[in-house]
Amino acid sequence: MTPFKSISSKLIPIDVINIDTDQIIPKQFLKLVQKTGYDKFLFYDWRFDKDGNPKREFVLNNPSYRDRTILLVRENFGSGSSREHAVWALRDFGIRAIVAPSFADIFYNNCFKNGVLPIIINHDHIEYLFNHAETVKINIDLTAQSIEFDSNIIHFEISESNKKMLMEGIDEIGMTFNFESYISDYEKTKSTYSLGVV
Amino acid sequence: MSSTNSIRHNLPRTLFDKIWDDHVVYQQSDRAKKQPTLLYIDRHLVHEVTSPQAFEGLRIKNRSVRRPNLTFATMDHNVPTSNRSLPLVDNTSAMQMQALKQNCNDFGITLYDMDSPNQGIVHVIGPELGLTLPGSTIVCGDSHTSTHGAFGALAFGIGTSEVEHVLATQCLWVNKPENFEIRIDGIFKNSHSLTAKDIILYIIRSIGTSGGNGAVIEYRGEVLSRFSMAERLTICNMSIECGARAGLIAPDSTTFEYIRDRLFAPKGKDLDNLINIWQDRLRSDNSAKFERTISIDVSNLAPQITWGTNPSMVIDITDSIPYPDEYSHGNDGLKKAALRALNYMDLTPGVPITNIDVDRVFIGSCTNSRLQDLIEASNVVKGRTVAPNVRAMVVPGSQLVKTQAERIGLDEVFKDAGFEWRDSGCSMCLGMNPDILSSGERCASTSNRNFEGRQGTGGRTHLMSPVMAAAAAVKGKFTDVREML
Ligand code: SF4
Repeated sequence: MTPFKSISSKLIPIDVINIDTDQIIPKQFLKLVQKTGYDKFLFYDWRFDKDGNPKREFVLNNPSYRDRTILLVRENFGSGSSREHAVWALRDFGIRAIVAPSFADIFYNNCFKNGVLPIIINHDHIEYLFNHAETVKINIDLTAQSIEFDSNIIHFEISESNKKMLMEGIDEIGMTFNFESYISDYEKTKSTYSLGVV
Repeated sequence: MSSTNSIRHNLPRTLFDKIWDDHVVYQQSDRAKKQPTLLYIDRHLVHEVTSPQAFEGLRIKNRSVRRPNLTFATMDHNVPTSNRSLPLVDNTSAMQMQALKQNCNDFGITLYDMDSPNQGIVHVIGPELGLTLPGSTIVCGDSHTSTHGAFGALAFGIGTSEVEHVLATQCLWVNKPENFEIRIDGIFKNSHSLTAKDIILYIIRSIGTSGGNGAVIEYRGEVLSRFSMAERLTICNMSIECGARAGLIAPDSTTFEYIRDRLFAPKGKDLDNLINIWQDRLRSDNSAKFERTISIDVSNLAPQITWGTNPSMVIDITDSIPYPDEYSHGNDGLKKAALRALNYMDLTPGVPITNIDVDRVFIGSCTNSRLQDLIEASNVVKGRTVAPNVRAMVVPGSQLVKTQAERIGLDEVFKDAGFEWRDSGCSMCLGMNPDILSSGERCASTSNRNFEGRQGTGGRTHLMSPVMAAAAAVKGKFTDVREML
């Protein structure tokens, strides 16, 4: 995973609320067993017609947007299925950050494990960005937890652990192994009243 | 246990708080910073779609599965629902299923594969096999893990990276969600034509697809205590459709009786002792604090049906297709979504939904494929035939459900009426196997998601209860099942 510090880019706007992960990557592409190479399936049914030809009007097919790395979306982005393939597809396509007024919970968690930064900012700023999406350039500074555009500098929230995961690209499982004594203590002493087999 | 914890335990707690506290392995002291808590996971359910990359991750780092005996796998998403003796037509599906077999073999995990009598949709077989127990924590790389909350278990869906984490550590870092209470009140005329599905669709209609974000919903109220486990599972199953991390229902005698004699559930005296503890502990204290509370009155509920492309776009069966302004109440985003949905669904505002013809009927999915669902649907179908314009199928949630249904002759009722009677799996809930809609086809479906393309690219899904789907199959159009029972 590429450690994340700061990025600047113009925006890729998709002005639809409640975009679910079935749209971000349709089910026919979940049959693969590898973790990379999903970029060509991103928003497949929105991006390609039934013969597989790119739909001109869809923003991801616009060549002048192709080098942009920040997605701008509406409320409740990533709802529905837990498929992490949705984040893999965005990441493989080159998306490094997603700016939205809100995200669905599982999708939000999945982002951090794959070096993608989801940023929540308020509706007014979102509205402004959609209105200027053609031209406005965004600077995201993860260390300072700030996002800067035109004359605005906005602070965004992120938990210490998620921030660390993005900035250092840490191996979360390796980190949890440091808590081995707590885990085995739990297994020895608290082994639950709920499970016959534990 | 530290002293701060025991002080906190004297405060009134919700059911969710209690299960959470019981599973804390490690908690950072600085709670203000919203640091995640390390939680112990009692059960890890695995299926073929969201696990291959997790096992691959273990292999790369030379790691093992910490508690293979707490991990159970099945194949459900890709499996064909007919002619299982034939080779799979889809190579990539076959490879994914083969990968799960290999992984379970290599890492010592119990697998119910395509040919097992215990095979089925992961959220149907968990309860059926006694893997889903009150007070436990359950995860699966699948958003509908919320289903298992019907037993008073804390159960939630996770991504593939988290699947790998649980395999390796049997734990998960989680930020504690909020407590959200939904009271289901009123006199529910559970008259065979109204079901748990109508209640949960009505709830999602009321709070929207993100109304439960960041929360665990505890469903409470008299209506639930009269509900069977099948009905409670249907309610908790769709908690994720309003964005909740999990749904919960406090266990009671109905729950405990269900668990008795299940394959993996504790037995005899052990179970009795557990039931005593469960009864005592697994309820929200009287003055426990919920961050959010709403109450829903179901006295005058009509059968519910979706018209659009997310599970909150719901109307009564007696309603007409809504106008975008009527649906959006001035919210611009919702209005655009309504326009887009009307276009995708090829529907005209103002037209009664009962005027609209259907092409396909799907009775199945982890929402509505249990024995009770099939019995209820069969009561509508009995002595009637599927309309000539309709192709209808029943896909039992598990092979066990299938066998039980056949024992009481349901297969004959459905087949006589012209339904296809299939083997168990996710099937047309998401169409990863060959069961898909063609572009433009309209389906009356008992599943949980009506997203664009969910059941097949260009397919149009309307969600409803099993009895409503059965009625649509017979009439060839959306129908108020109350007129038929
Ligand atoms: S039946 Fe549908 S919702 Fe349930 S697990 Fe299978 S694909 Fe997911």
